[in-house]
Amino acid sequence: MEITFRLNGALVTASEAPTRTLLDYLRDTRGLTGTKEGCNEGDCGACTVMVEDESGKKPLNACILFLPQLHGKSVTTVEGLSKGDTLHPVQSAMIEEHGSQCGFCTPGIVMSLATAHARGETDHEDILAGNLCRCTGYAPILRAAKKAETAPIPEELEHIPFPAPAIVERPENADELAAIYALRPDATLIAGATDVGLWVTKQMRDLDEVIFLNGVEDLRGISETDEAFEIRAMTPIADLIALFKPYSPSLSEMYRRFASTQVRAAATLGGNIANGSPIGDSPPPLIAANASLTLRKGEERRTIALEDFFIAYGKQDRGVSEFVESITVPKSGLTDLKVYKLSKRFDQDISAVCGAFNITISDGKIAAARIAFGGMAGTPARAKTVEAALISQPWSMDTIEAALPGFAEDYTPMSDMRASAAYRLTAAQNMLKRYFAESQGLTTSVLNVKEGA
Amino acid sequence: MSVGSPLPHDAAKLHVTGQARYIDDIPLPAGALHLAFGLSTVAHGEITAMDLSAVRAAPGVVRVYTAEDFGDHVPDCSPSLGDEPLLTSTEVQFIGQPIFLVVATSHQAARKAAKLGKIDYKDLPALLDYDSAMEADSRFEDGPRIYGCGDAATAIAEAPHKIEGSIEIGGQEHFYLEGQAAAAVPQEGGDMLVHSSTQHPSEIQHKVAHALHVPMHAVRVETRRMGGGFGGKESQGNWLAIACAIAARDTGKPCKMRYDRDDDMVITGKRHDFRISYTCGFDDEGRILGIDFLQITRGGWSMDLTLPVADRAMLHADNAYFLPHARIESHRLKMNTQSNTAYRGFGGPQGVLGIERVVDHIAHELGKDPIEVRKLNYYDEMVTPTAGDGVPEDHVLSLEGEPTSEGSVEHVDAHPQHAGGQVTPRGKLTPYGQEVEDFILHGMTEELLKTSDYAARKKSIEKWNSENPIIKKGLGVSPVKFGISFTLTHLNQAGALVHIYNDGSIHLNHGGTEMGQGLFQKVAQVAATEFGVSLDKIKITATDTAKVPNTSATAASSGTDLNGMAVKNACDRIRTRLEVFILDRFGESDVSWAKGKVHFGVHEMAFDELISLAYMNRVSLSATGFYKTPKIEWDRIAGKGRPFFYFAHGIAITEVALDTLTGENRILRADILHDAGASLNPAIDKGQIEGGYVQGAGWLTTEELVWDDKGVLKTHAPSTYKIPACSDAPDVFNVDLWDGRNREETIYRSKAVGEPPFMLGISAFLALSDACAACGPAYPALNAPATPEECLKAIARAKA
Repeated sequence: MEITFRLNGALVTASEAPTRTLLDYLRDTRGLTGTKEGCNEGDCGACTVMVEDESGKKPLNACILFLPQLHGKSVTTVEGLSKGDTLHPVQSAMIEEHGSQCGFCTPGIVMSLATAHARGETDHEDILAGNLCRCTGYAPILRAAKKAETAPIPEELEHIPFPAPAIVERPENADELAAIYALRPDATLIAGATDVGLWVTKQMRDLDEVIFLNGVEDLRGISETDEAFEIRAMTPIADLIALFKPYSPSLSEMYRRFASTQVRAAATLGGNIANGSPIGDSPPPLIAANASLTLRKGEERRTIALEDFFIAYGKQDRGVSEFVESITVPKSGLTDLKVYKLSKRFDQDISAVCGAFNITISDGKIAAARIAFGGMAGTPARAKTVEAALISQPWSMDTIEAALPGFAEDYTPMSDMRASAAYRLTAAQNMLKRYFAESQGLTTSVLNVKEGA
Repeated sequence: MSVGSPLPHDAAKLHVTGQARYIDDIPLPAGALHLAFGLSTVAHGEITAMDLSAVRAAPGVVRVYTAEDFGDHVPDCSPSLGDEPLLTSTEVQFIGQPIFLVVATSHQAARKAAKLGKIDYKDLPALLDYDSAMEADSRFEDGPRIYGCGDAATAIAEAPHKIEGSIEIGGQEHFYLEGQAAAAVPQEGGDMLVHSSTQHPSEIQHKVAHALHVPMHAVRVETRRMGGGFGGKESQGNWLAIACAIAARDTGKPCKMRYDRDDDMVITGKRHDFRISYTCGFDDEGRILGIDFLQITRGGWSMDLTLPVADRAMLHADNAYFLPHARIESHRLKMNTQSNTAYRGFGGPQGVLGIERVVDHIAHELGKDPIEVRKLNYYDEMVTPTAGDGVPEDHVLSLEGEPTSEGSVEHVDAHPQHAGGQVTPRGKLTPYGQEVEDFILHGMTEELLKTSDYAARKKSIEKWNSENPIIKKGLGVSPVKFGISFTLTHLNQAGALVHIYNDGSIHLNHGGTEMGQGLFQKVAQVAATEFGVSLDKIKITATDTAKVPNTSATAASSGTDLNGMAVKNACDRIRTRLEVFILDRFGESDVSWAKGKVHFGVHEMAFDELISLAYMNRVSLSATGFYKTPKIEWDRIAGKGRPFFYFAHGIAITEVALDTLTGENRILRADILHDAGASLNPAIDKGQIEGGYVQGAGWLTTEELVWDDKGVLKTHAPSTYKIPACSDAPDVFNVDLWDGRNREETIYRSKAVGEPPFMLGISAFLALSDACAACGPAYPALNAPATPEECLKAIARAKA
């Protein structure tokens, strides 16, 4: 497969296997060893590079980025950031503020900060959530980030579009995708590769047939009506933070904590649903919001309730050559929605439990309740017993207490490295208490607490 | 001027531009081969059959080794007992043990082939928890080690109050960002050049020479830098270096090995996990009268460094507190999991957490503020040295002054006996018989309580907790007194090599390794100060066993103390020769070195000019340096002596918030005052303190190692093992250096700073315990790590 992209300003054409990662290509083929391999799974950020296309600049993890995903784009690595002896402002600030110790995470940190700097972003803790540093305790890195905020953006960092010849395995619209997928039903669909990347880098799997989706522009984007959002499958998770913020701040907050900046820039909503993981964070809140899913095969489309997509662990209602085209989220489902993501670490951690509560109170009584959880069963699943115990009851602590035993009927969670079964059950119950406490105006999140009084 | 300046890390510019080279970045000659281990999948078993045909047939595979290839001479990778065969063909002792070695044309090909081995085992009973290992009497020494003083049992029995308890203390993965890596390049005549990401090049040299059956002079090991070490590269790099050297010898090609992250976490050892049980007798105010500790630790499948780690845990069972009657019993268990190894603090943090838990428990029992109980039990404050008090003169000036090599000591009375002076003296003798002569925590504590606004914040937190049923806050204070020196006395030595070229540029080399801690820069600052030149005159060079032999590991926080002194010694020797030359040539004996100039009598000469002149007059401009730590002697079996040259101190106050519904928690603020003596580089030292605190807090909060009941490590990647991320650092993070000088004659009166601040993270754990205690009347007996799940359990105990 011939892939053309711009690397540190120069056009390159790479003839490589489709699952060759950018990181291996940079280090082994190009001898650009500034980009580091820390974990080879997109969790540490040492391999962060800046990728730019018409939609703007993004920081991405090169270790789980396949070369065909870069076709037609510009890549800047740490080697391309400074111009001779003239350092990028974040590089200078990192030196002045003592932001590096062992230096191994530093190129990735620098690339994350430089990308955010170019985008005018200053929420540094979010920007760096996907860059692990074991030496500094982050304090000097944050000082450096702050210091560089006001420096002008170096002019060189601009993407100049260029022609990139079409590639069969990289369709450029949904019709093409439908046609190719019909012909190659065994192909692995690759969107952001934040999951499939690990099949290659960790499981050492050979993917014989692949279809890259990132050229399919008409599968990206969001349409809005008075009643609903239609989110096309290739919409990156990063776009959902702002989308949901006015409607359900806690859903927006969940997406802020979803993986890291690098992963959110690559990962898509369609991918997060279609891979069927019982611990994916999108399905619980979207099921609670009563979202639906549109699937397409060839020219045929069907729309199902999102919750019906998940049949059993590892089994989804997706036919041969069928793909997720869009997700429709009714705005009415967002009004009362509260989402609680529970993990060992706040940022960039997979949920032990993700609870979503869509409870409507009318005249002091519970008019409706849709509750869904991830991490509590083999699939994302509703808490129907709990819902039934709530509906039509007065909105009170007594009602909550009475509904709690229902969780044990709805779920039989398992114990694993993230949490024990008992803790999962208790935490799920306590999330309902939290929902109630929040409605009473109590402080319920440590993320909203400051030191002192 | 150089010493005392907050200069950036010497490689900072290389770091930020991606030019700093790590092992995997070093270009190798064409034809380089790549290695990967095939790993065991049972915790304890006997190999009954091995089919590696698919491995050998896999694309790119050049050679496959098993233990059989070495006959009776399977290379050993152990730093201690000789119990770590490079490959095993008989008994498998943990999941992740190397069984075969693949040599292939690429890293990916080697990894892919290594997954294709078919190995059958006969399962043997696996020891995976303390209780079964204790029951099986599976240990690394004949029995427990016991240290102590006085009569603990009687003192406890006769005390007005008594508590008993136990704390589980989890291990910790190093998670150096650069995984283990080595490369071997064959040389002429069977010699071998090894590049290794190691804290201990001499150990790599020794082990590689042994494996190749050649003298040490045939092996040269070079280490420019590591991408983090934290103790995890003190012994664990042996495997990769030995494997590469053997394959390089046999194939004649350069061979490289780097562990994929998951392999790294599955194969290598971690911080020792502990269970510490205690019985303590104390008086009405909280003075400890007698204490009995039982320390149980997991050594893992091989001995590695477990004995000195467990010794150090015992030696820190007192932390900052005088224990008149103490008994410490330590069990070092052999179990079927990874072989635990050195990790920043080397057992010290576990020992310190044990006694901090006891003090916290005493305070809860008496309803007192834990800080009051801490102060009551502190060792006696150091008597401030005055002129003629036996403190030797040296070449140091205060930080503010312009340091010159001929400066005189100013005895700054910076910390008088703690303000108020109301504390009754308790004692200064440790349970192991060393006098604590340099204790300064009384003064440091008063200072930090003031600057952190402790009293007012404690009140406001009580108010918060009375008004908020769901989110509770907590405050925790933890001091640290950490003993500096290797407890294996002979390791306390170092060498250096300094050349001055005839253009006046200086080549600096010493036995210490750079892992991010800024050692190279601090030592270069010493050399620059000794010669009165700017740092750009000095070339810092890679650690190299061909330049400085027989080095100790860069460990035990000793890097700067030892190597700084050795470099100073080398510089002194060259300077003495130059001063003799000046006397001969110019008849002047009063020579000073500053700002790139040499002054003598009425003369002023550029440093370069003097060097050129000296060269023309045949003065030797190269010298080795050597240093050995004075005063120390230690009997580790008796547990008596003076294991430590001096102590480094620090204190931290942390505020946390805890969600009592889920156990989720955050650090809101941390205030730290730390003792780095007269800091050689305040910026680098501050970096060690901030980083150490966050790493310590991570150990005790989010970093949880989980094995399943078969012995599989389930947390073997950053997706499942959670070190602190950026937002986990405290929102408000105030770090200050205590303005003081080492009373012992260390390099420019500085103090070691690598490990001590790690233990300041304990304050975050104590703050969480405090927040749990706000939920009910009982003592929460929080275990570590305090994950959300563990916090919820502790809250339930507090409510009971």
